[in-house]
Amino acid sequence: MRLDGRLDWHDPRGFVRAVVKRSNEGARFCGLFASPGAGGTRLLAVLSHAGQLLTEATLVPEGAGGFPALTPAVPAAAWYEREIRDLFGLEPYGHPRTDPLVLPLRPGSPAPRPGSAKPAAPAELDTSPLPAHVQGEGVFTLSYGPVRSGVFESVEYLIETPGERIPHLRARVFYKHRGMEARFAGLSLADGTLLAERYEGVASVAHAIAYCSALESAAGAQAPPAAELLRVLHAELERVANHLDSVLRHTEGAGQAVANARIAIHKERLQRLRADLSGSRFGRGVVVPGGVAGPPLQGGDAVLGALGRLEKGIRGDLDLLMATPSFVDRLRGAGVVPPELARERAAVGPVGRASAQGEDLRSDRPYAAYARLGRVDVQERGSGDALARQYVRADEIVDAFHLSRQALDELEALGPQPAGGWSVDLGPVTGEALGWAEAPQGELLYLVSAEDGRLVRVKPRSASFHNLALFMAAFPTDIFTDFVFIEASFGLSIAGVAG
Amino acid sequence: MPWVTRGLREGIVTTPYPRHPDGYGRSFKGHVVCEEKATGTEVAAAAAACPTGAIEVGAGGARLDRGRCVLCGRCCEVAPGSFHFQPGFETAALARPALVVPGREPDDGEVARAREQLRRRVKALRRSVYLRHVDAGSDGSEEWELAALMGPIYDINRLGIFFTASPRHADVLLVTGVGTSGMLVPLRLTYDAMPSPKVVIAVGTDAVSGGLTGGTYASGKGVAAAVPVDVFVPGSPPSPFGILYGILLAVGLVGQAPRGGEARPAGAEAMEGKGVAP
Ligand code: SF4
Repeated sequence: MRLDGRLDWHDPRGFVRAVVKRSNEGARFCGLFASPGAGGTRLLAVLSHAGQLLTEATLVPEGAGGFPALTPAVPAAAWYEREIRDLFGLEPYGHPRTDPLVLPLRPGSPAPRPGSAKPAAPAELDTSPLPAHVQGEGVFTLSYGPVRSGVFESVEYLIETPGERIPHLRARVFYKHRGMEARFAGLSLADGTLLAERYEGVASVAHAIAYCSALESAAGAQAPPAAELLRVLHAELERVANHLDSVLRHTEGAGQAVANARIAIHKERLQRLRADLSGSRFGRGVVVPGGVAGPPLQGGDAVLGALGRLEKGIRGDLDLLMATPSFVDRLRGAGVVPPELARERAAVGPVGRASAQGEDLRSDRPYAAYARLGRVDVQERGSGDALARQYVRADEIVDAFHLSRQALDELEALGPQPAGGWSVDLGPVTGEALGWAEAPQGELLYLVSAEDGRLVRVKPRSASFHNLALFMAAFPTDIFTDFVFIEASFGLSIAGVAG
Repeated sequence: MPWVTRGLREGIVTTPYPRHPDGYGRSFKGHVVCEEKATGTEVAAAAAACPTGAIEVGAGGARLDRGRCVLCGRCCEVAPGSFHFQPGFETAALARPALVVPGREPDDGEVARAREQLRRRVKALRRSVYLRHVDAGSDGSEEWELAALMGPIYDINRLGIFFTASPRHADVLLVTGVGTSGMLVPLRLTYDAMPSPKVVIAVGTDAVSGGLTGGTYASGKGVAAAVPVDVFVPGSPPSPFGILYGILLAVGLVGQAPRGGEARPAGAEAMEGKGVAP
């Protein structure tokens, strides 16, 4: 979707009214993004309604200290406004809670403003412990992280126990903030792909697709059919790998040793298959601006056979796992996200689909070859607990294999020298556009602007970022015993949250 | 008991590595070889095309820093006569300069010194080895590859190597990520809490040099700025085999592979003597 620096509102208050109106009319809030612009900072709100992306944009003039917050009327905007406060130094007036999210700058340190012409100086951080969110007698805070027990990405969870009431969870995600948005500025389009693959490394393929499709729409070009099929193949294998990782963490938490070992074997075999196809266990280097780098390194019956064996093994084990009472009982009722809450917070991906929020970009805003490939129905779930999320993933694994096989079949039918080739030349792109993909974690958005083939501003918005805010709200049950299942069932990547 | 019978279904899946070579490890794009005295316009173009500036063209020919390489393959496309992929995963090194190819004499001296110092330090580790991992700003993929080491295929427990939650029981610190400003203090605290002797492994190109993502207002150029690194494991991300080789190298269970070659499992006998259940 092309944007080209559009501005709809000169008055930020008009902007807020317009976004709130759209949200009240049923549009799902997808994000709020700031970019340095002529005369100030542009704010772009993105919403989705009936398969269409809607945008509203305004300018916060230079010298203004902030902008009226959307959060009081649109709660899903809460983390976006905190992120803008950290990275652009603009205060969201009226925001209920503005403690730092991705970058806790020392007072007086300038905000980095990613996308501005000159690179920001090293940031000075203030990482002192937060004041307790809930004040009062008998309040104590337990901290878990950022260095956690086991192999985990760094993040700190604070569990605040206000007396008799239900404990409250908060996350501090800034520890591994890498300043990735700033790193994109000035890169060539091809280098931008390599960086996008490393924004949220477990979803490299989805990130490369979303980034490249933004560039393709800015250039008014489309990847050739063979490239669109190969993108689907790699994206679906990536989805299976991520879903298996989520299952792996569940079985580990539940002490299901045999199931855990078997899922680990399946996941390793899948990673090897991905490397056989692309040279990379994470499908890196496959997607390039304008298409894909070239044909798969292996094809035909060998790959189909390997896919078939993998699917059979995975489905057999998942069916048995989901019929193992000692496992299922641990997940049932854990970390409930009621459908109303999921709607209010605009949940995406498997988390949304387990709470009756069915949107899936592969069918609702189809990209790559998804529009013409058949799907296996993923049954909508409404109970919103860890078990429902697990069922959604199990269904999605079946669907992903179905899609992969079709993509492979069609690729074979196109032959070794497909009409249209493997990529088109985008030329020196100038323009601004939004691209997207349904990552394993859910809706992934890329706001990309380029000038003469150089990146000016790239703002990735991962599903992990969007859903982690909801994770905090999913703890009406027992924080201490259910934590591992709730975390595993959200399946989020901290790299994708921290940026 | 359906799970029990299922557990037996696969037979032996565990790799024979390091006692015997593993064929899968040979199928990797392990690292990039840079020919001796590579010069010319193609080589200069390859250096310019490298996204991480890993190739330096000097008077005696180009040199490639594998510690900065993300294996994108561009140099091999632009100058196929001078750069090519070599399979294998034994790419870790005991000193930072050892990752720069072709090698230089003075660097070889430093490598030998580093190896000798490490050897003396890990002498005390002739027992089970405990690992502690800290993410200092990874992209998340390194954690998958580390976690795979605990699965049945790599099964590092069979080698007497275990992950531990407590830094106080850890011998080896595995650090992933570029070294973000936010993680410098937690990383250092974990290192300080470990007893001596201790060994630090930088896992992945990001941790070795900052790779493609480092060097912003919030991220460093590798974790050596925060903790003294003994073993450097390049790769973006490195494969589980690559990490395993780095760990074995760190604790002296294998010898350093010659640049670009295959390691000899020098410590295979030592491993058998470690009281590991067969
Ligand atoms: S393969 Fe490595 S050295 Fe060659 S261009 Fe890519 S990053 Fe640079």
